[in-house]
Amino acid sequence: MEAFRILDAIACPLPLSGIDTDQLIPARFMKRSRADGYGDYLLHDLRFDESGQPKPDFPLNASRWAGARVLVTRRNFGSGSSREAAVYALVDYGFACVIAPSFGDIFASNAVNNGLLPATVSEEDCEALLAGLEDGDGTARVDLEACEIRAANLVIPFRVDPVWRTKLLNGWDDIDLTLSHAATIEAFQAKDSSARPWLVPSVRAS
Amino acid sequence: MVHSAASGPRTLFDKVFDQHVVTAREDGQCLLFIDRHLLHEGSFHAFDKLKARGARIARPDLTFGIEDHYVPTRTRDLGAIDPAIAKMIRQLRDNTAAHGLRLFDLNDPAQGIVHVVGPEQGLTLPGLTIVCGDSHTATHGAFGAIAFGIGASEVAHVLMTQTLWQKKPKRMRIRVEGQLALGVFAKDMALSIIAAIGADGAAGHAIEYAGSAVRALSMEGRLTLCNLSIEAGGRCGMIAPDETTFAYIKDRPYAPVGDEFQRSVDNWMALAGDPDAVFDREVVLDAAEIAPIVTWGISPEDAAPITANAPDPDRMSDPARAAHVREALDYMGIRAGQPLTEIAVDRVFIGSCTNSRIEDLRAAAAVLAGRKARVPGLVSPGSALVKRQAEEEGLHRIFMEAGLEWVDAGCSMCVGMNGDLVPPAERCASTTNRNFRGRQGPGSRTHLMSPAMAAAAAVTGHLTDMRPLLAGREIGLTGDR
Repeated sequence: MEAFRILDAIACPLPLSGIDTDQLIPARFMKRSRADGYGDYLLHDLRFDESGQPKPDFPLNASRWAGARVLVTRRNFGSGSSREAAVYALVDYGFACVIAPSFGDIFASNAVNNGLLPATVSEEDCEALLAGLEDGDGTARVDLEACEIRAANLVIPFRVDPVWRTKLLNGWDDIDLTLSHAATIEAFQAKDSSARPWLVPSVRAS
Repeated sequence: MVHSAASGPRTLFDKVFDQHVVTAREDGQCLLFIDRHLLHEGSFHAFDKLKARGARIARPDLTFGIEDHYVPTRTRDLGAIDPAIAKMIRQLRDNTAAHGLRLFDLNDPAQGIVHVVGPEQGLTLPGLTIVCGDSHTATHGAFGAIAFGIGASEVAHVLMTQTLWQKKPKRMRIRVEGQLALGVFAKDMALSIIAAIGADGAAGHAIEYAGSAVRALSMEGRLTLCNLSIEAGGRCGMIAPDETTFAYIKDRPYAPVGDEFQRSVDNWMALAGDPDAVFDREVVLDAAEIAPIVTWGISPEDAAPITANAPDPDRMSDPARAAHVREALDYMGIRAGQPLTEIAVDRVFIGSCTNSRIEDLRAAAAVLAGRKARVPGLVSPGSALVKRQAEEEGLHRIFMEAGLEWVDAGCSMCVGMNGDLVPPAERCASTTNRNFRGRQGPGSRTHLMSPAMAAAAAVTGHLTDMRPLLAGREIGLTGDR
């Protein structure tokens, strides 16, 4: 995974609250292999009308926000379904950071596992940022070292779990780290199987 | 144990969590051992990751596959359905076969929705850690397990290591005290909680449900309550195991038997939180004040008693909330201030991991018996076993005589992945868990409610207070009320 330190990019304001993962990627699009990319499905039913034409008033369709890598949105972003495809859609579209006052817990950990930064800001700062991007040049600098966003004339602090921050800064993958604990896991299982003999389902019913 | 558990009184969550810590880091990350891993058709991304690494599954004996998300409900013949959907099911069969996993496939007499099958088969037990690539995994917390939904990267991690890195979340207790009124169910309790604390009210927290009204719930009711934890933002919700729990588990196919069952029960009894354990947050609700609830908007927090009116955004002081309400009413095609009972529905759906168990079907049947539905509807039992039991009790005849369709088990119209969809702009009275825009199909409008309320909406053709329709009828709850 690519390390995330400082990102200078177009930051698209999306002033909606509660964008759930069903909006990020509707269920009917989840059969595709990841290798084929999910970017064209991102926010599909909000972005396109019934005939598949881009809705002109939806921010992502405006030429001004083309190439955006930062998304700024309102509270409870990524609530709902655990579908990691919601993160694939954002990442494959080109986003590397989402800024919001709160995130769905599962979405946020999925994001970090794919190198996408979920940056939490206060409601007030979020509103200021949404307005500042509309009125200013529409770009932002997201500094993960300093946990700070600079856009228009604003300097806004953001929060991210320190463990996630370290992981993103280094581009770490959990699996390699965990496999380095193989002996400890083995020992745990040996001890546990005598403490909880009922753990393994006993009937291999057909 | 490597991890030195915090001394002092501990909550139920703490006790189960601590018991599963393989190793703890200074930054607070704990490597948790996972006791049950449940897979479904959506798990293909994780299997692809496994393939890319040439890895094997660490504990196939703790890993189970279940066909539910994409399964057809009107046929069990994969040759008769959309090939793209059939491919999703075959993919799971191939992946589970390649790793020698037990799969509950379409033709298995125990097939059903993963969160119905786990408890029903005795795979779900108190004190376990249970994960599944599905956000409604919190359902299993009804047994006093730590159960939570995970994404594909985490599914791959569990497959390869049988562990997950987790930081202990904050603890939140939601107490519901007193007695629920007749015609008020666990679904109403859950939606009332979500309306009170918000759809992100429990974010970052593990919920423990407690209080006399929760204790009085049957296992079915507890499963419904825990199921909706994620709709309050909580990744997991749990209830301390008690006699109700043990009675449910006894004699289930995969449950411990004989002396081992008794030893397990002794162990499970000790899981209840210490009386003086401290929670980071506590919410208390009065059961007597909970009324039958419906949602009017596009988030589960957009919920109100059936006797209420839709909100008026012009009378709200919070501009962000007003903006959300305006958008929600616009999407739903509802007027500000409109009485909820005036809202006409186009169809009903009774099913999903939230409300498809035998008691749910009994409650719906109690309302429907001897009556006709004015709108079409689908009744999908949570599992093949629930279906069989319902048919033994004759409930299927009540649904069919009312004019509703009685189909097979699966996630069905809750998420529409199998093609059971609500057409664009149609309004569905649904016993499911999410009223998100387009959740039941592009452009669909969903009102969440209990099975008895959905049945009443079918009978009258609009959102309805079902209590008069239920008067004098047996609801068939096994719970203590």
